[in-house]
Amino acid sequence: MKLMNAETVRLWLDDRVGIGSIAAVASKKEIPVHRHSIWYYFGGMTLFLFSVQVGTGILLLLYYRPSAETAFESVQFIVTEVKFGWLIRSVHSWSANLMIATLFIHMFSVYFMRAYRRPREMTWLSGVMLLLLAVAFGFSGYLLPWNKLAFFATKVGTEIAGVIPLVGRPMLRFLRGGDDVTGATLTRFFGFHVAVLPAITTVIIGAHLALVQMHGMSVPPGLEGQNIKKMKFFPNFFLRDAIGWVLAIGALAALAALFPWELGEKADAFASAPAGIRPEWYFLFMFQTLKLIPPKILSFDGEVIGILAFGVGGLMLFILPFLDNPGKPRRRIFIVIGVIVVLYIIALTIIGYLG
Amino acid sequence: MKTPTHQESVEHLGQCAQCPNGISNAQVELDNAGRRKFLNYLLGTGFGATLIAIFYPIIKFITPPQIIEATQNSVNAGKVSELALNSGKIFKFGNKPGILIRSASGELKAFSAVCTHLDCIVQYEPDKRQIWCACHNGQYNLSGQNVGGPPPRPLEEYVVNTRGEEIVVSKA
Repeated sequence: MKLMNAETVRLWLDDRVGIGSIAAVASKKEIPVHRHSIWYYFGGMTLFLFSVQVGTGILLLLYYRPSAETAFESVQFIVTEVKFGWLIRSVHSWSANLMIATLFIHMFSVYFMRAYRRPREMTWLSGVMLLLLAVAFGFSGYLLPWNKLAFFATKVGTEIAGVIPLVGRPMLRFLRGGDDVTGATLTRFFGFHVAVLPAITTVIIGAHLALVQMHGMSVPPGLEGQNIKKMKFFPNFFLRDAIGWVLAIGALAALAALFPWELGEKADAFASAPAGIRPEWYFLFMFQTLKLIPPKILSFDGEVIGILAFGVGGLMLFILPFLDNPGKPRRRIFIVIGVIVVLYIIALTIIGYLG
Repeated sequence: MKTPTHQESVEHLGQCAQCPNGISNAQVELDNAGRRKFLNYLLGTGFGATLIAIFYPIIKFITPPQIIEATQNSVNAGKVSELALNSGKIFKFGNKPGILIRSASGELKAFSAVCTHLDCIVQYEPDKRQIWCACHNGQYNLSGQNVGGPPPRPLEEYVVNTRGEEIVVSKA
């Protein structure tokens, strides 16, 4: 009898699932090499960190118990009793934060290189949706350990949603599963975090990647039409990506070991908010803005104005490819606005940490 | 006749026309082969070590920690007056269920309530005066012997003592 060799297996699979065509696509994919190529790594890095989130998240699900009575205790059990539980939990928290950071870098690099221009408008839209989903993941996941910080962050966060005219109040009740943040909120957020958001995200990441694959890598406008060197995606670019992932794993392990994520004290609906309470860093610039806005602007509530302004900002970000006049060279104003936004976010985040 | 490859002819001549300073091509190829082997070894080891560093903690994590329960040797299973003649009840023996039976003649018996077939919890059947497991119709008599259905072994029997009204069950 002839033993099966790798070639026989490959042919068998090719006949049935057409892996040959996948390999053909992978072998054709090329990455432009130029002075801004470094920014191409951040999308892949975000995806890698997302997969770390999926892996560690599934592991945490083995021990986590989503109810007001058991959530805090189960996380305590994970970090104290389960072998390497402290590592898995800290990596999940750190990776979440690094993922938001690389996502921001990825987004701003696309913004400044105007990579959202025709024909990549839909890639941009799906990307902004993924940003919102990532933030929703962060917000819902933050409550799950059911500690004091999480409890108040969720109170404040959902209260902000409640300020929005007309839809605010029903949205607040939908998010909280009632009028207050209770065990019902925790159960809901757990459902969002491990079922609803992953399902939506899987579809949109699929679309985002398919679009990237379809259009290939965007080249910055200044370099367009020039004769640019190219690099094979597989294995050349892929191996460079892999170096980044190995470095990321090292960084995550080091951060988890040196700065393990705190669990804090169990949430208590009848205890005062602890001093120095503030949200995760990626919400800090909005949090700080709301702190600085005067209570009344003309006859309107300052807070409402601030929240609506962020809403309008988000909408602008979403429809950016249609605002930046397609087919024409970019007006300088977009660069100026971009720089101002980046500086504003950095400045307010720093003020938020110091204040 | 087979035409010699470049490598073979170089090995034969011992010299390479393209190579500078008269270094033999074979030597260059040998050096490259050595370097390639070394780099592959380095890459492979690094890759393997990374995988171990990832999967060792994961395997340890998914193994549930042992929870050490204080072992109980005897337990108060209830009062004689609360248990009618020809009836049974389930009681907690540590973290395992036990079954206490008061026969029609008033005799007290206690067994482990865990069916020896597939871990279900048994019950007392007053009509048939036997212990019955609803999952797969396993039957035990009042000595705990498996008398019908699939159970492979008798139920573990406990010692029953009464202290006044109190029924105390202990492991043999």
